Amino acid sequence: MRQSAGPTLERTDEADTYYLNMGPQHPSMHGVLRLLLKLRGEEIVTCEPVIGYAHRAHEKMAENRNYIMFIPNTSRVDYLSGMIYNIAFCQAIEKLCSIEVPERAEVIRIIACELNRIQSHLLWFGTFLLDLGGITPFLYCFDDREEILDILDRVTGSRLTYAYGRFGGVTMDVDQDFLVRTLAFVKRIRSRFPMYEKLVGENVIFRERCEGVGVITPEVARQYGVSGPTLRASGIGYDVRRAEPYGGYDRFDFEIPTRTAGDCMARFEVRMAEMEQSCRIIEQAVAAMPEGPIGPKKLVQRLKPPEGMFYFAVESARGHFGQYILSDGSNTPLKLKMRTPSFSNLSAMETVLEGTMVADTIAIVGSIDIVMPEIDR
Amino acid sequence: MPTTLIEQFGNPAIAIATGVGGVMTVLSLNALFLIWLERKVSAWIQRRMGPMEVGFHGVFQTIADMLKLLGKQLITPKGIDKPLYHLAPIVVFAPVVAATSLLPFSKSVAISNIDIGLVLIFVFGGFAVVGIFMAGWGSNNKYALLGAMRSVAQNISYEIPLILSALAVVLMVSAVGREVPIDGEIVALNGLNLAHITMAQVHWTWFILVQPVAALIYFISVLAETNRAPFDIPEAESELVAGFHTEYSGMRFALFFFAEFSNMFIGAMVATVLFLGGWEGPILPGPVWFFLKTYALIFIMMWVRWTYPRLRFDQLMTFCWAILIPLSILNLLVTALVIKVVQS
Repeated sequence: MRQSAGPTLERTDEADTYYLNMGPQHPSMHGVLRLLLKLRGEEIVTCEPVIGYAHRAHEKMAENRNYIMFIPNTSRVDYLSGMIYNIAFCQAIEKLCSIEVPERAEVIRIIACELNRIQSHLLWFGTFLLDLGGITPFLYCFDDREEILDILDRVTGSRLTYAYGRFGGVTMDVDQDFLVRTLAFVKRIRSRFPMYEKLVGENVIFRERCEGVGVITPEVARQYGVSGPTLRASGIGYDVRRAEPYGGYDRFDFEIPTRTAGDCMARFEVRMAEMEQSCRIIEQAVAAMPEGPIGPKKLVQRLKPPEGMFYFAVESARGHFGQYILSDGSNTPLKLKMRTPSFSNLSAMETVLEGTMVADTIAIVGSIDIVMPEIDR
Repeated sequence: MPTTLIEQFGNPAIAIATGVGGVMTVLSLNALFLIWLERKVSAWIQRRMGPMEVGFHGVFQTIADMLKLLGKQLITPKGIDKPLYHLAPIVVFAPVVAATSLLPFSKSVAISNIDIGLVLIFVFGGFAVVGIFMAGWGSNNKYALLGAMRSVAQNISYEIPLILSALAVVLMVSAVGREVPIDGEIVALNGLNLAHITMAQVHWTWFILVQPVAALIYFISVLAETNRAPFDIPEAESELVAGFHTEYSGMRFALFFFAEFSNMFIGAMVATVLFLGGWEGPILPGPVWFFLKTYALIFIMMWVRWTYPRLRFDQLMTFCWAILIPLSILNLLVTALVIKVVQS
């Protein structure tokens, strides 16, 4: 007999069932998610997500460094929408300390964030197909995504973990070349959507794998606080950009794509539609790009936040990203709590995965687009 | 008729030694080539370069990889069923060699020419399942066991449409080949003899033209039998890590890999014999045509693999039992009926 490594490897209490530890080392667990599955054959009896394998104590770090020193940490919380997190942190502090942001900086931020959103959705699209066994779309997506990384790399100096935001603006101004390349990219990605639709969206096998699989009902979504594209695929059109406009999003005309089915296919369609909406925002932003400064006239030397509690939310590529800041008036937060969307989205899996097959598990977990470092923080 | 090795050499021992040596050489070279081709095809489809470093356009990449695998430690996990675990790679690989020795490469080149060649091919094809299940059961790993269970269910199911669609061809051979002149004598063709099947097509027409449904069913079933995408469920990487060969490393793994590519090769060769007229073709010699057709089929298999996502297990079984098997039975009945009507 083998020494059991903890209670999880014990016999199950039910006949004809067994435990399977999927992850933390597994090809399609998107990093270090561990699913403790109780299986009957290939059918899932219960599923328990186990998290914490990528915990880096970002929230604790925030308590030990002042606000400006925390800027580089933010993009490492969710490395796929690093720009959005980075800008969101700056926006939260600006709101807290009432710092004015020039219009040009706001528009640049919106372009950067929407490019980041497209980049994140493209990566999700590729890895989702990889989970379903289709390897080729992954490389097509990375080809497209590379262009975004190059564009952002030119102004920010990083490809993934940006530190582009500053309190009251951004670090670097964009030039004409940036705008030209951004528009060229929008044109290019638009020409690629029909191909993705043909290669994947209309593919019989893909539809068979996705339609009616992993249905998240609006009730379950509300109970668990699901947000982002996953929520909008369940028929609830909640988007922070529309519900509580921030950073100048109210100036732009875009739609919130929703679907009512709540299955993997709906989540796929919502994300594909969202990329198109991001393209629309980018086009409008480039057209409306004002001249002017990109930061405050006088550099913010020392922050003087008021005492008290403060909450600020943005829409990341995965959903409602909120920051709860407890301030004692010094330039270091007493507590910075991040409400990350993937955590709530993953929590809903316990209900959704019951009664599905092992192959469906991979499809469903893939379709909600989780980023483990963002859950563990 | 193809001259077999025994007729050539007279001494069975020399014939067998030559045959096994020849088959192993062909299979090894073929696997080396196919693995390189698979990488190149996937690279073309995905707009990459593929292997470029070792030799011209990376032709020696597979050899380099084989050398690397040879140097790898053979890890034996704890708690395995030793005989099953160690025998499995051999049980998977041996039938491949046996099956290859049955195929007629041209009018004059064949290692053996047996009157029930087609039956034997399917028998050897069925053998691989035993090996796969031994590997899954013996390696004390849940992923391996799941992969093996899937594999057994899948292979047993897909053997039925595979054989039923081949049977339609067998009927056709017996019907069109009643009096065929071969080497100056009039012979009645035997539908189970692989050389005779090719003769019937040389004499009449390629069976893909008269049996398109059977050809399609056969091709789909071969994809499933060889565990190729979109039916690569037993080794579904994103679900079961590596399926039944999760616990195999180094050359043990290489044997499974080798067997997989060789199985694909055999599937394509049998399809060539059954539906594409075997060695028949203008100008070029028989074996060249035979391998051209085989590799064309393999190319299509690769193309499919790098285009489609994977089916789910229950969908795969439904597809087999609810669509392929009824369709192949219907096809067989219609074929038999038409033959009867035409003959009477």
